[in-house]
Amino acid sequence: MTSVLVVIESDQGAMAPASHEALTFARDYATSAGLPLNAIIFGAESGMAAEAGTYGAATVHVADHALLDDFGPEAWGETLAQAVTQTAPAVVVSCGTDRGNEVLAQAAARLDLPFVANCTEVDTGAAEMTRTQWGGSLLERVSLNAPTRLLSIAPHAFDASPAPAPGAGMVMPFAPVLDDSLARTKVVDRVVTSSGVTLSTAPVVVGGGRGVGSAEAYAPLEELAELLGGKVGCSRAVTNNGWRPHSDQVGQTGTRIAPELYIACGISGAIQHWVGAKASKNILAINTDAEANMVTKAGHAVLGDLHTMIPAITAEVKKRKGL
Amino acid sequence: MAELRILTLIKRVPAPGARINITDDEQFVNTQNLGFTMSPHEECAVEGAVQLIEEHGGESTVLTLGPAEAEEQLRYAASIGINQAVLMDNGGEDWDPQRTAKAIGDAIEQLESESGPFDLILFGNESADSGGFQVGIRVAHRLGRPMVNGIKGIEVHDDKVVAKREVDAGSEVYELPRPAVLGVKEGLNLPRYPTMKGRLASKKVEINAVAPAADAGGQAKVRLLRPVETVSETVILGTDESAAAAVVDLFEELGVL
Ligand SMILES: Cc1cc2nc3c(=O)[nH]c(=O)nc-3n(C[C@H](O)[C@@H](O)[C@H](O)COP(=O)(O)OP(=O)(O)OC[C@H]3O[C@@H](n4cnc5c(N)ncnc54)[C@H](O)[C@@H]3O)c2cc1C
Ligand SMILES: Cc1cc2nc3c(=O)[nH]c(=O)nc-3n(C[C@H](O)[C@H](O)[C@H](O)COP(=O)(O)OP(=O)(O)OC[C@H]3O[C@@H](n4cnc5c(N)ncnc54)[C@H](O)[C@@H]3O)c2cc1C
Repeated sequence: MTSVLVVIESDQGAMAPASHEALTFARDYATSAGLPLNAIIFGAESGMAAEAGTYGAATVHVADHALLDDFGPEAWGETLAQAVTQTAPAVVVSCGTDRGNEVLAQAAARLDLPFVANCTEVDTGAAEMTRTQWGGSLLERVSLNAPTRLLSIAPHAFDASPAPAPGAGMVMPFAPVLDDSLARTKVVDRVVTSSGVTLSTAPVVVGGGRGVGSAEAYAPLEELAELLGGKVGCSRAVTNNGWRPHSDQVGQTGTRIAPELYIACGISGAIQHWVGAKASKNILAINTDAEANMVTKAGHAVLGDLHTMIPAITAEVKKRKGL
Repeated sequence: MAELRILTLIKRVPAPGARINITDDEQFVNTQNLGFTMSPHEECAVEGAVQLIEEHGGESTVLTLGPAEAEEQLRYAASIGINQAVLMDNGGEDWDPQRTAKAIGDAIEQLESESGPFDLILFGNESADSGGFQVGIRVAHRLGRPMVNGIKGIEVHDDKVVAKREVDAGSEVYELPRPAVLGVKEGLNLPRYPTMKGRLASKKVEINAVAPAADAGGQAKVRLLRPVETVSETVILGTDESAAAAVVDLFEELGVL
């Protein structure tokens, strides 16, 4: 019988939180299509089968192979292509992360099938779906004609939730036939540059835009972020000026953030920035312009000069923390 | 090290303002009053190619599939230092990612049979507009070459290309044998602006034409739509430093203090 197959993204044995979104979406889709929900894991089983079961997966194909013990887009994509050929799922789903999109595209290239990236809505039968363009600034309705429908879901488009009735999470070994040459795109090393919270996981992000004015003027933003256990983010105007590294950029061509609170200082809120910030649970805009998009879209705003506001806020935080 | 041959792939896209509007037939971005550009990722790929040629010597080529007007993007790339340009004029038709990749793969084979292999082919991580995240991967597979997407650091050595991909807490390192294909992200470098001299020189670069041909793939556009906009009753907490207390009250309420 055919199925819905979820591609589990993992790093060194740990499931990526984004896979919970893919599993949740796929479970709802499988239920409406009357299909079983299965998953595929790359590398040795490390508890991820049971975790996938919690989200409703019935069978979990475990592709354990020396070439899969660390990430490699070609080996992972080839494995997925072989699993699709052998198990003939109706739909294959990953989350539209860097790895999720890359592995699906690798499999699609090998199977010569279409691949629809970053869906926000999928009709039952998957003959039509809505996907993001321009990083989410625009949506596109597409029709899809393929024996197996390969798609990824846009990150943060579906909330993850465990299944009301868990699946069996039954382990089924899957042995891909992989040529040694595929080691050519396997991760060979890692450089760790930061520890602790990162921009994409920080509970608070203090963002600074062109209004900050210079590289030096980020010091007060750094201090406030530190006090709140958060990180500093920025807009593209800022990275273009060389004030901050690109790894701090929020938006279409930067990082997508989803903190409890985003404090956007001196950022106008252009759509390409907004799409990276809109998953924030709460937004506080600090801007001199009451008409700025960021202000009109935020839940809260201070209409003032960030250069005086941020130190005042920091002083108040310190006072209440007894610092 | 022998001189390098590098190919960079760019796509002409509208340069939207703070908001993107669509045409009445819901098929296209409304480009009235808009200029055109390429993705920031592709700008960095172009700059990366120019820097690698400056460092190692050799020749760089830029290729686009699109309308005749895409010559503008090719000349822009030439103005910052790319040596050769190829235009695949498809009359500005709507080509899906599979078809685009097939046509580009054919063209690369043709170019390589005429003037020798490219040591490195650079794509953007994803195009700025339709963002399919796949054309480079499909082309690399077709050419039988290693490909990693999402790259923010490139070093070319005699026998390999060392590429870095940014992840949450640092970066992953890949070592690809040459010839290799990479999908590049913004942040690889800070692209230079064209100089007057560069602009003048770019006018003289010959644009080579390669006719594209490929069958449609399995994905087709039905229509474009705008996402539901967040409408928020913005609560204004103040207009000067006296708002600090209200701001920190909000922090407490949200549990982030
Ligand atoms: C006028 C016009 C309107 C279009 N409208 C739509 C639309 O609304 N929806 C839709 O799905 N498709 C549309 N297309 C087709 C689409 O834009 C294609 O180019 C195709 O879908 C490529 O996929 P992608 O842009 O998602 O590329 P991705 O896979 O995201 O691109 C990755 C990289 O591949 C390279 N690349 C991609 N396309 C080209 C190219 N044409 N020339 C050179 N290098 C390229 C770039 O380096 C890019 O960064 C349109 C095409 C045209 C000409
Ligand atoms: C394909 C594409 C991809 C893009 N990707 C991204 C992306 O990933 N991320 C991104 O950010 N942008 C991106 N952009 C660029 C985006 O369109 C905007 O140009 C950019 O976000 C503007 O940055 P900004 O808000 O800092 O600057 P501006 O738009 O110049 O806004 C500055 C703001 O600061 C306010 N201000 C000034 N002084 C003060 C002060 N003293 N106190 C308080 N407020 C003050 C002003 O009122 C204004 O609202 C992309 C664009 C394109 C075309």
